[in-house]
Amino acid sequence: MTAFVIKRLAFAIVTLFGVLTIVFFIVRVLPGDPALVILGDQANQASIEALRARLGLDQPLFVQYLDFLGGVVVGDWGVSMVSGRPVIQEIMNVLPDTIELTVVSLILGVVVGVPLGVWSAIKRNKVPDYIVRIASLLGLSLPAFVSAILLLMAFAIQLRWFPVISSGQGDTIGARLRDLALPAINLGLIMAAYITRVARSAMLEVLNQDYVRTARAKGLSFAVIVWRHCLRNALIPVVTVVGLYLGILIGNSVLTEIVFNRPGLGKLIIGALNQRDYTMLQGMMVIYTLIVVLVNLATDLVYGLIDPRIKYQ
Amino acid sequence: MSVLSVEGLTVSFRSEGAWASVVRDLSFEIGGGETVAVVGESGSGKSVTALSIMRLLQEGVSKIEGKVMLEGRGDLLALPDETMRDVRGAEIGMIFQEPMTSLNPVMTAGFQVVEALRRHRGMDRAAARAEALRLFDLVRIPDAKRRLDQHPHTFSGGMRQRVMIAMAMACRPKLLIADEPTTALDVTIQAQILELIRELQADTGMAVMFITHDMGVVAEIADRVVVMLRGDKVEDGPAAEIFAAPRVAYTRMLLSAVPKLGSLDGSATPRRFPDLKGDPDSADPANEPDLRADEILAVDGLVTRFDIRGGVFGRPVGRVHAVENVSFSVRAGETLALVGESGCGKSTTGRSILRLIEPRAGAIRFDGRDVMAATPTEMRDVRRQMQMIFQDPYGSLNPRKTVGSAIGEPLRVHGVAHGEEVEAKVVAMLDRVGLPPEHALRFPHEFSGGQRQRVCIARSLALDPKLIVADESVSALDASVKAQVVNLMLDLQKDLGLAYIFISHDIAVVERISHRVAVMLLGEIVEIGPRDAVLANPRHPYTQKLISAVPVPDPARKGTRRPLLADEIASAVRPVDWTPPERRMVEVGPDHFVMES
Repeated sequence: MTAFVIKRLAFAIVTLFGVLTIVFFIVRVLPGDPALVILGDQANQASIEALRARLGLDQPLFVQYLDFLGGVVVGDWGVSMVSGRPVIQEIMNVLPDTIELTVVSLILGVVVGVPLGVWSAIKRNKVPDYIVRIASLLGLSLPAFVSAILLLMAFAIQLRWFPVISSGQGDTIGARLRDLALPAINLGLIMAAYITRVARSAMLEVLNQDYVRTARAKGLSFAVIVWRHCLRNALIPVVTVVGLYLGILIGNSVLTEIVFNRPGLGKLIIGALNQRDYTMLQGMMVIYTLIVVLVNLATDLVYGLIDPRIKYQ
Repeated sequence: MSVLSVEGLTVSFRSEGAWASVVRDLSFEIGGGETVAVVGESGSGKSVTALSIMRLLQEGVSKIEGKVMLEGRGDLLALPDETMRDVRGAEIGMIFQEPMTSLNPVMTAGFQVVEALRRHRGMDRAAARAEALRLFDLVRIPDAKRRLDQHPHTFSGGMRQRVMIAMAMACRPKLLIADEPTTALDVTIQAQILELIRELQADTGMAVMFITHDMGVVAEIADRVVVMLRGDKVEDGPAAEIFAAPRVAYTRMLLSAVPKLGSLDGSATPRRFPDLKGDPDSADPANEPDLRADEILAVDGLVTRFDIRGGVFGRPVGRVHAVENVSFSVRAGETLALVGESGCGKSTTGRSILRLIEPRAGAIRFDGRDVMAATPTEMRDVRRQMQMIFQDPYGSLNPRKTVGSAIGEPLRVHGVAHGEEVEAKVVAMLDRVGLPPEHALRFPHEFSGGQRQRVCIARSLALDPKLIVADESVSALDASVKAQVVNLMLDLQKDLGLAYIFISHDIAVVERISHRVAVMLLGEIVEIGPRDAVLANPRHPYTQKLISAVPVPDPARKGTRRPLLADEIASAVRPVDWTPPERRMVEVGPDHFVMES
């Protein structure tokens, strides 16, 4: 088990290193001199040179690369070209909001998706199965911003159950949850749609396995067979999808955060893009990579927990 | 009164809207302490019968009619679902054929037994665990205490089947249904499991319904026999009578097709199975290899090893010594059988000769050429003359390709024939293996298992090979089909002068087909010599053990009890720095060599 964890950790570090390298070079080959962008067209040559020196852009590429890597490690991710505040500070300000939204959506997706998928599988080709399959297809095909607007219209504007603008700044837990509810439902239901489909097909396969027949021959009740014997075996593909989908979820959160006017990484990255805040974008790419790599690491570790055979391979 | 009484059982499946019966009007009884074997070939409905008794068939697509009376419960088919669940696992225990997949991989072996105890015997956790430990000891799982907390993938096939038996026995059932419980196991393990079931039955007096296709196993274990053919019972009666005087033609055929170890005692050459139409002797002149001919294949000191990598950096942490210093030779027109149990390296030896797996060392001379030194281009040429037939005729044919194009493919790939020549050759090959020419246009799924194996043989013959490596080629076939395919292989050998390397764990079939036998254990040949000498007069202790474990289809020899053992062969996994010991082969008879211990 320890070797397994160390190995996965080593893989994660290598991946991170590779992505950081790519990020560094992409930013360097982007057209336009950052110093020129910051100072504007009217700037004179001397002040541009001075800024280039301050940003380290006059150094050889290799030195810049090492500086960049060193900076990432010690938490010095540069200064935002727009606000002038450290990038890492800007990111850390909104990161908790995004993590909060993602985690709650994820929980919602699993809690709704897994039981629906299992139910659909055991009622295969009967009415509940068809209803679940159509619903999940709907969830998959509806773009996140459309469903967000529909949710807003129904629950915030018509019924007035939830606030229209989810500032996420509430003081009490109740207020925070009220703010979080609609965005989380929006992302969570899309997640649930994916999970339902995967859980259904995984469950159908597991139900045909020999050990299910053994469990039935033992006289176990259907519920025990499904929830105790089958579910854990069916979870492996579900975990894979959850891991992959977390990346998409972060992407979807961009639109969701805008529609609900919520602070978060999504809004930060849109702002940075609009204002060509290169250092900010570089920092965002690093944080996204870090998140994806960590999620993958977690996925691998969860595999090992679910299936005892995986540790040994 | 009998424990189980099946009366007029008819089982139908719905397919494409219509009901088709797969078991018709079946009746039989099993008394306490009695073992009834239900025998038949694939598709006879024997497993469906077992699943119907347990009511484990999928509802909606299956229909069960008749009565299944269980002592103290009445008609099982009339019980409500919930009551039936109390019967399953408590009053009827069941074990299945596939020990590898019948246990849940994510739960410990112990838990799966504990679960049954808690469900039916209302035990608390601690009591159930203690009882599970007792059951593990009862079925002779070594180191039972530690094994309780291990997952199924760490168990061998035989040990998993013991766990299954422990689970089935957990609630002291009145009836044990064993559905081909030993088919997937090696013969020495099979002998242990049969002995275990017999002993448990003697201790508990339970009734046993034993489903099998193997007449040898039937003779070992059954008191009475029910013979089934395509859903109908064709004959039943006491085992001794069935074997001594079968009443119906089908039973006679079934018995005559069963390979019997010792049936060729005193004869040096292979012999065809008796003709299945009831003709007692097909008066076949034996296949004689040309002893003056040169050896077509000579293998000397063959070594194939696989590294097991582990740890953080994937360094080799151990090595599988799959083939270790193996030497033998084969003449044209001769069959050398490689026998041994799973993991002994017999298949790896076969593949290494064709260099489908790259050997680490050794010399292979085939038809005057040095195979180990051949370049990839030369190797293609070598493989034209060395073909291979595999065990699984389902998996080794591409389902989207007609049989004709499968047989023709090697001709085209090697540029031997073009256009209409290919078609003519395909038809000729089909004819050789006894299939009509119009079959060339059909797809593999339209054929039975035996026909598919014929197609595979036709494909391997297309390039006029001199040597065919047959890896468990008849193991998956029913006895009657097996006999036909073996006969076909013998005919081809006689007509074409083929040399065979016949890899098999089935020693009774090996006796029929081979001139010489090599016995493999842990990657090494421990005994090699003329078939008659090795099988009738085995000298190495392992060969003796292997041969004594082969079930004999003769109920008169039933009850010759063997000691109850649970020993299994160690694995060929060795530490990285392990050097194989020096071995010496001693000649104990003409051309008969045994490894010195």
